[in-house]
Amino acid sequence: METFLVYTFIGLTTAAIYAVIASGLVLTYTTTGVFNFAHGAIGMLAAFAYWQMHEAWHWPTLVAVLVDLLVLGPLLGLFLERVIMRGLGGTSEATKLVVSISLLVAMIGLANVLWNPDVGRTVYPFFNGRKIRLGPTALSYHQLITIIVAILVALGLRLLLTRSRLGVTMRAVVDDPALTQLNGAHPTRVAQFSWAIGCSLAALGGVLVVSSTVLNASGLALLIVNAYAAAIFGRLRSLPLTFVGAIILGLADGYLRGYLPQNDYLTALPLAAPAILLFIVLLAMPNRRLRTHVRTREYFPAPTVRGAVLFCIVVLLGGLMMATTMSTIDLPTYSQLFAIGIIALSLVPLVGFAGQISLCQLSFAGIGAVCMAHVGINGNPLGFVVAILVCGVVGALVALPALRLQGIYLALATAAFAVFLDQWVFHLPDFDVGPIHLGSTTVVPHIMHFSTFSLGSVNVSTVKLFGYNVITPTAQMVLATVLFVICFAIVCFIRRSRFGRRLLAMRDSEAACATFGLDLLGTRLSVFAMSAAMAGLGGALYGTQLTAVTPDRFNFVAGLPIFMMVVVGGAGFASAGLFAGVSLNALLPFMTTVFNSFGKYQLILTGGVGIGLGREPSGAAPQIATGFIALREDLPVIVSMLCLMVVTWAGRLINLYPNWPMLIALFVIFVGAVAIASRRRLVARGIARAAVTGAAAADVEEVPLEWVGVTVPWTPELLAKTEQVLGLGSVTYEAVGAATIRRGGAS
Amino acid sequence: MTTTGPARTTGAVAPVVAPMLELRGVRAAYDSIDVLHGIDLVVPAGQVIALLGPNGAGKTTTLKVASGLHPAAAGDVFIAGRRVNGARADELACRGLCLVPEGRGVFPNLTVRENLWVMTYAGRSRSEIEEAAYARFPVLAERRHQHAGTLSGGEQQMLAMARGLATDPALLILDELSMGLAPLVVEQLYGLVADVAAEGVSILVVEQFARVVLGVASRAAVMVAGHIVHEGLPAEIEATLSESYLGAGETEH
Repeated sequence: METFLVYTFIGLTTAAIYAVIASGLVLTYTTTGVFNFAHGAIGMLAAFAYWQMHEAWHWPTLVAVLVDLLVLGPLLGLFLERVIMRGLGGTSEATKLVVSISLLVAMIGLANVLWNPDVGRTVYPFFNGRKIRLGPTALSYHQLITIIVAILVALGLRLLLTRSRLGVTMRAVVDDPALTQLNGAHPTRVAQFSWAIGCSLAALGGVLVVSSTVLNASGLALLIVNAYAAAIFGRLRSLPLTFVGAIILGLADGYLRGYLPQNDYLTALPLAAPAILLFIVLLAMPNRRLRTHVRTREYFPAPTVRGAVLFCIVVLLGGLMMATTMSTIDLPTYSQLFAIGIIALSLVPLVGFAGQISLCQLSFAGIGAVCMAHVGINGNPLGFVVAILVCGVVGALVALPALRLQGIYLALATAAFAVFLDQWVFHLPDFDVGPIHLGSTTVVPHIMHFSTFSLGSVNVSTVKLFGYNVITPTAQMVLATVLFVICFAIVCFIRRSRFGRRLLAMRDSEAACATFGLDLLGTRLSVFAMSAAMAGLGGALYGTQLTAVTPDRFNFVAGLPIFMMVVVGGAGFASAGLFAGVSLNALLPFMTTVFNSFGKYQLILTGGVGIGLGREPSGAAPQIATGFIALREDLPVIVSMLCLMVVTWAGRLINLYPNWPMLIALFVIFVGAVAIASRRRLVARGIARAAVTGAAAADVEEVPLEWVGVTVPWTPELLAKTEQVLGLGSVTYEAVGAATIRRGGAS
Repeated sequence: MTTTGPARTTGAVAPVVAPMLELRGVRAAYDSIDVLHGIDLVVPAGQVIALLGPNGAGKTTTLKVASGLHPAAAGDVFIAGRRVNGARADELACRGLCLVPEGRGVFPNLTVRENLWVMTYAGRSRSEIEEAAYARFPVLAERRHQHAGTLSGGEQQMLAMARGLATDPALLILDELSMGLAPLVVEQLYGLVADVAAEGVSILVVEQFARVVLGVASRAAVMVAGHIVHEGLPAEIEATLSESYLGAGETEH
C-alpha cells in the first residue's frame, strides 16, 4: 500500500508537469497552427535560466521563478513570434515542422554554449524537499506545489479560452485570420499573446521538472517530448482531454517504475512507454476526412533528363576526385556523406513528392545497419539485399497503422516509432522467438534468433563485391558514390514516372485522387516501403563505413538534422539528398577542421539554417539551381568546364601540386564557367528580345486579349481593342459629381 | 471619429454629402498579375450599390482593397471623405466598416455566442451585441451554444449578417451573399438588406448572379476583367447584362 501511494504521488507529480507543458503546446498549436517541437527546449532554457538565477546568483526562489515565468518566458515568446513564426503562414506541415525542429536543435546548441555541458549542475526542489506526512507516506512540498499549479493552470486556461474576448479571439484566429481582422481584432497581437503564454507555460514546466532530473540540455528538451503524448490525447485541441492524457501517462510512468520486474529486457521499457502510448493513442484517432485542396507556397518541378544525367556525372566525378586525392584519414569521414545522402534521399519521394512526413528514417537505417552486421558477415553482399528487404517490410508495417494519419500526427507517430526503437528495441539483448515448451512437448518451434546491438556495439564487416573486398577507404568512397548515384537516378526516375505523378497528385488532393479511383492505401504503402528500403540501404552502407555501430548513431535526435536538411535543401528535389549529405557530413567536419571552435556552434548554425527555411519554403536547391541555370543549358561551356576540371585533377594525380591548390583551381574554374555561361545567356537573350519586340511592334493585333495585363501590360491601344471586341465602344458615361458611380478606365 | 455619421458639411454654400466609400483609380495586383486596372466606384451615403460581373472580374479584390485586406497598388480609397489608403482591416472595422466575406463569414469551431463575442472590438458590449443579433434572427438564440460549423448554410449567413449589423456599421459590404444558398433563403436575406438600407446604412453588394440584387440596389456597376464597363440604374443594367457577361455564364434567378 505504501509503495503504491508513493508511486501514485510520483506519477501524479509527473502528470502535473506533463499537463502544464502539454497545455502550453496545445495553446500555441490551436491558436497559431504551429506545432512547436521546440516547446520542450523552451522549458529547458527556462530551467537553465532558473539554475543561473537561483543557484549561481543566489536570487530568492520566488524572484527567480517570477522572472523566469513573467519576463523571460513571455519575452522569448514575443521574439519567436516576431522573428520566426510570423513568416510561416501558407507553408506546408513539413516546413513548419522543420522550422520548429530547427529551433529545438538551435536551442540545445545555445544551452550547451552558454552552460558548459561538462559541468554538473543540481537544482534543489522548492523548500529543500520538505515533506508533509500523509497517512503512511509523505508528500513533498514540491510535489504538492506542482499538482496545485497544474490545477490552477487548467482552470485559468479554461476561463481564458471560453470567457475572455482575447481567448475567444485566439480560437477565432485559428478558423479564419482574415475574418478575425474584419471583426476588428489585431491578428498579430493575438498571436503574440498566445506565444507569450505558451512559452511561459513551457518555462513553468521546465522549472517544475528540473529538480527531479539531471540538468542536461538535450535530455530535458526531449524528456518533455513525452508531454506531447498527453497533448495528443486531447487531439491537440481539447484541454480537458489533454489533462486526462497527462494523468494516464504520469501514472503509467510512476507504476512502471515501481512495479516493472527488473531484467535486461524490461529495464528500458519505461523510457519508451510514453512513445508506445503516443503511438496507440494516434491509432485510436478517428478517421480523418480526405484532404481536398491544399494551398502551399512550395513548388517542385520535375528534373529534366539532361539535368539529372549531368548531376550524376558531376557527383561521380566529384566522388572519384575525393577518392583519389584525399588522405586515408579523411576519406572515411567524407565518404559518410554519401551514406547519409542516401538516407536523406529516401525522404525525397516520401516528404517531397507524397507530402508524408517521416521522422524515423534514421531508425530504418539503424535496422539496415543491424541486418548488415548480422547477415553481411565476412563481406557477404547479401547483407545489402536483406537490409533493403527487411527495412521495406518494416516500413510497410509502420506505415500500415500510420496510414490514416496526416501531417503533424504522422510526424509524431513516426517520431514515436523512432523513440520506441532507440529507447528500447535497440537496447535489447539477443533474444529468441520460440521455442515454447509445454511439459516435454514443443508447442511452438524455434522461429528466429533476434539480435540488435547486443547491448553495446556490433561490428559490420566491409562488403565483398564480385570477389573484390571493398576494404580500402578509396574503394569504399567509390562504392558509396556509385550507390548514391544509383539511388539518385531511381528517385529522379520515380519523379518522372507514373508512380511519381500519382504521389504528387495524392499530395495535392487526396479526395480528387480517390474519385479518380486511385488506390490511396497501396500508393502510400508502397512509397513508405520504398523509402524505408532506401534508408535501410543507406544504413547498411553507413554501417560498413563505421565498421562498428552503436544504437546512439541511429537515435531519434540524430535523425532530426537529416530531415531538416532535406527540407531545407528542397524536399521535392533529388539534389536535396546530396545537399543534406554534404552539409552534414562534409561542410560541418570541414569547418571544424578549419576553425577549431566551430564544433561548439555547430548545432546553433544547423538550427539557424533550418529556421531560415521559413523565408524560402521551397528550399535552397531551387535557388542554387537558378544560379546555375545558365550553365546547365550551355553545353559547350559545361564540356569545357568538365575538361578543365579533369585536367586539374590529373595534375593532382601526378603530384604536380597538393590538395589545396587543386580545390582552389576547381572553384575558380567553376565560378568562371558560371560567369561565362550567364554572359553568353544574356547576349543570346538580348538578340532574341530584339527579334521579338520587332515582331510584336509590327503586329499589335496578335496579342491574345485574355492575357493582357498578365503577360503584356495594358496600353491605350489594347484597351480600345478590348472595348471594340466586347462591343462597348458605343457606351459612354458622364461624370455627374462625386455622388455617382463613374466609369472605369484611364481618365 | 465621426466616420459613423454619414453627413459632413463642406463650405457654406450648400451641404454636400461625402460618399461613404469612394475608390479613385484603384489598381491592385497579386504578385505580378494585375487584377484591377483603375477602378472608380462611389457608394453614396445611404444607398445600395450593386457590383456585378462574371467570375474573375476582380469584384472580390475590389472589396478587399476597400476593406484594407489587400493593398492598392495605385489610386486612393476614401471612406466618408477620409483617405484611408494603408489602413489595416481591423482599424477600418473598428471605425464602422463591415465586410461579410464570400462563403460563410463565421468561425466554424466557435459557438454562435462566441462568434458574436468576437465582434466586440468595434466598441459594443457582449450583451448589446447578443441582444441585437437575437432580436433580428431569433433562430440564433436557439442555437447559441451550438458550434457555428454545424449550422445550416442560411443560418451561417444570418450569423455573418448579424455580426455586421449588430455593430451598427456605417458601411456594409456583402460579398456573394447568395453563394450556395437556396433561392428562398436568398430572397429573405435580400429582404433584410433592403430593411437595413432603409435604416440608412450604405451598402455595397457584390454578386455574380445578378437579378436578385438589382431589385434592392439603387444603382449598379458591371465589372469585366478588372474594369468597370457599365454603370447605371438597375433597369438599364439588367437590359445590358447578358451582353456584358459575354458568355461568362447564365444569369438566371
